[in-house]
Amino acid sequence: MESSAYITLTDVVFSRSGRRIFDGVSLQIPRGKITAIMGPSGTGKTTLLKLIGGQLKPDSGEVMVAGQPVPKLNRKTLYRLREKMGMLFQSGALFTDLSVYENVAFPLREHTRLPEDMIRDIVLMKLEAVGLRGARDLMPAQLSGGMTRRVALARSIALDPELIMYDEPFTGQDPIAMGVLVKLIRDLNSSMGLTSVLVSHDVPESLSICHYACIVADGKVIGEGTPDQLREHPSERVQQFLNGQPDGPVPFHYPVAGAASDFGLTGGGA
Amino acid sequence: MGNRSIEVIVGLFMIAGLAALLFLALQVSGLSPQATSDRYTLYANFNDSGGLAPRSRVAMAGVTIGTIESVTLDKETFQARVKMAIDADVDNIPADSAAVIRTSGLLGDQYIDVSVGGDMESLQPGDTFYSTQSAMNLERLISNFASGR
Amino acid sequence: MTDKLAALGRQGIAVVASLGRSGRFLAGVLMGVPRPIKGFPLLVQQLYSVGVLSLAIVVVSGLFIGMVLALQGYTILSDFGSESAIGQMIALTLVRELGPVVTALLFAGRAGSALTAEIGLMKATEQLSSMEMMGVDPLRRVIAPRLWAGFIAMPVLAVIFTVVGIWGGMLVGVEWLGVFDGAYWGNMQSSVDFVDDVLNGLVKSVVFGFVCAWIAVYQGYDCLPTSAGISSATTKTVVYSSLAVLGLDFALTAVMFGDF
Repeated sequence: MESSAYITLTDVVFSRSGRRIFDGVSLQIPRGKITAIMGPSGTGKTTLLKLIGGQLKPDSGEVMVAGQPVPKLNRKTLYRLREKMGMLFQSGALFTDLSVYENVAFPLREHTRLPEDMIRDIVLMKLEAVGLRGARDLMPAQLSGGMTRRVALARSIALDPELIMYDEPFTGQDPIAMGVLVKLIRDLNSSMGLTSVLVSHDVPESLSICHYACIVADGKVIGEGTPDQLREHPSERVQQFLNGQPDGPVPFHYPVAGAASDFGLTGGGA
Repeated sequence: MGNRSIEVIVGLFMIAGLAALLFLALQVSGLSPQATSDRYTLYANFNDSGGLAPRSRVAMAGVTIGTIESVTLDKETFQARVKMAIDADVDNIPADSAAVIRTSGLLGDQYIDVSVGGDMESLQPGDTFYSTQSAMNLERLISNFASGR
Repeated sequence: MTDKLAALGRQGIAVVASLGRSGRFLAGVLMGVPRPIKGFPLLVQQLYSVGVLSLAIVVVSGLFIGMVLALQGYTILSDFGSESAIGQMIALTLVRELGPVVTALLFAGRAGSALTAEIGLMKATEQLSSMEMMGVDPLRRVIAPRLWAGFIAMPVLAVIFTVVGIWGGMLVGVEWLGVFDGAYWGNMQSSVDFVDDVLNGLVKSVVFGFVCAWIAVYQGYDCLPTSAGISSATTKTVVYSSLAVLGLDFALTAVMFGDF
């Protein structure tokens, strides 16, 4: 396990606009496996991906990707490292002024000097992999939400990366699109041997495809292990999250002073 | 729209800009390529240069024949020394001609009018006008008139 | 009272910090090594959307401003019996002032706001972020061509504006009001100097183009990635560009034409 970790986070502390988002997160993501990072909304799961991708720098702690300390890399090596990473954004983030074909060709054109017919072959191959070879001439505005994500997926694997990060891939998808994505993520992982990191709060889908999962809440990792280990996890908070109970250790109410003062029930004041 | 046609349109746009600049240079500012080379210099000293400024015109019988390049103070004579650039084809200004500062209209720009003399010799490049007449000073004229002198 | 002072101080610091950010941003854009082969088509594309698409509004405005100048000038100058100086008046006003300034204001409204909205939207839809994650620098790929396009398009537009304005002035002055057209062009030519007037006007428009494009792309890049953030960034682009253009115009005029 130790030797095969592709990404290692050690005691990462990160705060933004005065709010501490991560308070000593340590995490290992194994090579060639699907790892799900789950947690309630607003716990900074996307931030975690941005830390891995080097778009944000932690206040302290270490982020190692493929043996390289991401926050300490200079611009050039960081950009070189990013060519080995693919990231699927929540919105897909297709370039709206380019067609589907050009979107997938974009990283190839930017990073390689391949001849046009070779780019064409690769692009069509990647589009075939996500089942959208027929949609190559459409513009992003003409795609449905699920298709957008599939095109974005084709784009992020265009350069055959070692690591692919999925940011909330299932959010806002209909059941069929969700099923397609689950299948794609699993197939890509097994056929290309990608290291996959999946950030989500859709518990059943995530647990059904991941090899390994961890749950983040309140700036800490509160539980990790294989899906089966997690289902048997002793912590109440892990159980609350997995089963979706409205109240428990994670309170229903946002922290606030006593209700009495807000409703004007304290004696005599006004 | 295809890439090619965008390139062509942008090219036309840039050409239109260059053409407009050329128009400003030739038609609006009257810049002509040979104007600067085909000129020669004359000087004139005035007791009062009035409102004469660089780029004011030099005329002969009302026709512009050159422009004023600079107006400086001669520290020995305390006169204004005016440097003029005269068109090369006007090379036969009689040597005893006078440079007179006049005003176009009552309140218009001031310019130098060359009033023609009768000498057979003509002024050579670098020469100075022998006789000059300074700017008419309206205020002085009125005060002279009022004090009866 | 102290609260207000503190708020004022905070706001001051925020303004200075934003200036600093925009400076670093500019350095980041300009320092990026330009790649002529890949960059040129992008620049052409942007010149089209920033320059060519602004041409219509610039031409129409230039025409009307030239015509209005001729009408107004004629009324004033005919009081002194010097209608023939109308060409000179129109040309000098346009070449020195209105050409660069009005074009810059139109440019900020037409192209600047569009640039801000486009970049802001790219940011809000994570397009810039995803580009970064693909190892492509958005400053170089997205921002730099737009900045350079604004920088190049602005003087071209200003020169076209000026020429159309002078032509419009001739339409009204010569064709309609009956000023002798020899006097129109002759007075113009004797009073407009190529270096002092035309080139100085060009320098102005180059400066304005740079500032307008900088403000537009920076506001787009720096905006909050929400619909409210984009709309406020667009407004800021127009307001700041206009103020910057007018303020810089005064400064440049004082330097260029101030000493006589």
